[in-house]
Amino acid sequence: MTAEPLLTVEGLSASYGAVRALDGVSLTVPAGGFCAVLGANGAGKTTLLRTITGLHPASSGRVVLDGEDITRLATEKVITRGLAHVPEGGGVIAELTVEENLRLGGLWRPDRRDRSTLVEVLELFPPLAERRAKTAGTLSGGERQMLAIGRALMARPRILFLDEPSLGLAPLITRQIFTLLRDLRDRTGLTVVLVEQNAAGALAVTDTGFVLNQGRIAAEGASADLLSDDRTRHAYLGF
Amino acid sequence: MSSPTGESAERATGPATGPSPDTSRRGRWRALPSPLRHLLLAALGLAAVTALLFVTGDLTALRLAAVGYTMLAIAGLQLLVGGSGQVSLGHGAFMMIGAYTMTLLVLHQPMLPIAANLLIIVAVSAVAGIAVGAATARLHGPYLAGATLILAVGLPGLTHRYHELLGGSNGLNIRTAGAPPFLQGVFTNSEWKALVVWTTVVIGLAVLATISSGRLGRRMRSLRDDETAAAMAGVPVGRTKVVAFVIASAAGGLGGGLQAYVLGTATPSSFTLVLSLTLLAALVFGGIGSLWGALWAAITVVYLQIWATDLARSLELSRNVENNLPVVFFGIVLILVLRFWPLGVHGALTRLGSRLRPSQTR
Amino acid sequence: MTHFINLTLNGLATGAAYAALALSLVIIYQATRLVNFAQPALALVAVYTAYTVTQLTGSYWLGFASALTAGLVAGAAVERFVIRPIARVSQLNAIIVTLGLLLVVQGLVGMVWGNEQHGFQYAFSYVGRFAPSSVFALVSVGAVAVLLFALYRFTPLGLRMRAAAFHPEAARLSGVKVGLMLTVGWAVASFIGALAGMLAGPPFISPNVFDVVFVYGITAAVIGGLDNPFGAVVGGLLIGLGMSYVSGYAGPELATLAALAIVVIVLSVRPDGILSRPTARKV
Repeated sequence: MTAEPLLTVEGLSASYGAVRALDGVSLTVPAGGFCAVLGANGAGKTTLLRTITGLHPASSGRVVLDGEDITRLATEKVITRGLAHVPEGGGVIAELTVEENLRLGGLWRPDRRDRSTLVEVLELFPPLAERRAKTAGTLSGGERQMLAIGRALMARPRILFLDEPSLGLAPLITRQIFTLLRDLRDRTGLTVVLVEQNAAGALAVTDTGFVLNQGRIAAEGASADLLSDDRTRHAYLGF
Repeated sequence: MSSPTGESAERATGPATGPSPDTSRRGRWRALPSPLRHLLLAALGLAAVTALLFVTGDLTALRLAAVGYTMLAIAGLQLLVGGSGQVSLGHGAFMMIGAYTMTLLVLHQPMLPIAANLLIIVAVSAVAGIAVGAATARLHGPYLAGATLILAVGLPGLTHRYHELLGGSNGLNIRTAGAPPFLQGVFTNSEWKALVVWTTVVIGLAVLATISSGRLGRRMRSLRDDETAAAMAGVPVGRTKVVAFVIASAAGGLGGGLQAYVLGTATPSSFTLVLSLTLLAALVFGGIGSLWGALWAAITVVYLQIWATDLARSLELSRNVENNLPVVFFGIVLILVLRFWPLGVHGALTRLGSRLRPSQTR
Repeated sequence: MTHFINLTLNGLATGAAYAALALSLVIIYQATRLVNFAQPALALVAVYTAYTVTQLTGSYWLGFASALTAGLVAGAAVERFVIRPIARVSQLNAIIVTLGLLLVVQGLVGMVWGNEQHGFQYAFSYVGRFAPSSVFALVSVGAVAVLLFALYRFTPLGLRMRAAAFHPEAARLSGVKVGLMLTVGWAVASFIGALAGMLAGPPFISPNVFDVVFVYGITAAVIGGLDNPFGAVVGGLLIGLGMSYVSGYAGPELATLAALAIVVIVLSVRPDGILSRPTARKV
């Protein structure tokens, strides 16, 4: 397939003060792709996501989403272009109820009165349906991650970023979430970018992978290849 | 502040065994024990003020005195707010305690020398500091600020409640002895007062600076940065907070006492909420990160008022405008400085200074 | 007994003004973690606008309406152009800047209208046991509180405002224009502060007329818990009643000291305010 990729990142750099967290990162994600971004702690994975979404300023480079240059676009506008970002920890608002958190995700849409999206999301995550009126602060870690993903889905995004959704979760739940993401992509064509430290789990469900090391891309390719390449695994993925 | 390449070049050519002793002038200065360093600076400051007094007249002497006692009070606030992170909106109350202690002592125990009065003021203010610090030790942020705010507003009310002792709205008036006989010809009364003020002020500042750069100062700053982490690291949180208040109250009390000494009066209307707010605002304006900020703050508080009033008078503006110009001036300057130099005057000066010395190595 | 009832009613009426002021402080604190010292300044702008409009048109209610509008606009403008650029850098600086604004506005008002007092009428007659103006105070503040609650709870705008206040980054990731929400929050807070000013202004206004009211407003907000609009209303009424009883039975000079006592007692038992929920600090 030689269709134009949905997301193109070109030479993206970002710093925290004097520290260069991202150094000329380039990657592309095709529409309907499911790709993993891997690397050790501090490799720049979170910074990459935050810079793409606009939470952190890029010092150089470009981010193009479906033909539009969103490099300097404010986060709240980037969201309206069909990009959803589940940050590290989920970013649910503890003081709001589950339903309020979900509604918030779709509030910017002109069709927000249409309840069907909420119904779909609640069907996707039955535990959330049970606890709709409870405040998000009372949810368990796994439920919170579900809520975070649910909220992102309320925006009916075209591309979904997740930053370490498995953090602090039991392996069973992690597998459920990863499988759910794959199903979503298969059913709806949603493009998913999965940032993970849990490289094995991520590579098992994704099509392609990028490995970050010290702010640069150290390896990339089909997930199956990365998984089977011993050198890459030992050097960057820790197993 | 020094260029990164310059520093690494220096390191690359240095001895391989370890950091060489810093034999620059700055290094040797730093090597002196902290109290000695600060006392030397204090003596220098006092000498400068004395020289200034010789060449200027009485009016300037009184204004210099005002800068002095205001600076001491604000320096105490700097240690409390900038040092231990406890934002107090009631510093004026400590100044009031000092002022009234001074006037009461002079009225009822006129035989005591001024030095004794000052020591008593420190003791009394310290007790007040313990009380306030203990009462507010569990409070944080705006709750602490709110409690100290109501202290600042409520305390002047005591003068009305006990107006036989404290003089009510008219306050208390005192006359203090001028220079001792053997110095009568050298200094006028105003100059003598300014000298007394500044001697106390430089000693007080030396003490504050020594505390700030010592272990207690480090403990206070750790509280400011992260109280929970400090507690886990073994810092006695409650005690340190109270000590910070005691130091601030002692400095504030001395400031207020010296003010009463110079002006010869203590009235409730000089210690309103506006005073407390102005002290804090001036401190942030001057630069909350360093004791030097207190100097800029004090100069601003004293001189901005004078300049603005003079300006209004010379422009022959209406009385309404003249009365309000100083306060509008201060407000505008405050907003502009904070907008463009968030670190205050001292922060801006420090940055300017380091930019003018490009080859300075650390 | 009549004395007690009078004191109670008086206390509730003044308490309503404190509650409104406390409410406006809490709204801003919830959204920005700032204590807005410029609130009395914004109330001054509102009240003097009303004064001028009423002088020009002879209508109290036109003045009243223009006061509320002026408050709304002034609050939005201050947030957008003065506070926002400074709060980006330092919270403490932003708080001090509100102090600066207070000084500037008080000074400017004094320059234009003079430092002396001007007569300012009540909304309704203030005579009698159930004085209409006291009833108006309670009803208007109550109505505003209910409307605010409805705004926050039931409207999309309210949801966005709450999200922006509780977790700005998560709100941005949901497409919420956080900056705009802040401006709206300040506008709403200032609107309520303008109401407080109109209630607390009479019988005389001057540049310093709101100093004391503001102190009690902050006190009410603090003991109610700065995160809690309900607490602000409860705190305001409590302070109003407390002041009234102390003044009535023990003497007016003790009123402020009584407030100090209330604050110390409440905060030593609940350092984060009466209605606060104790939150554990995660380590």
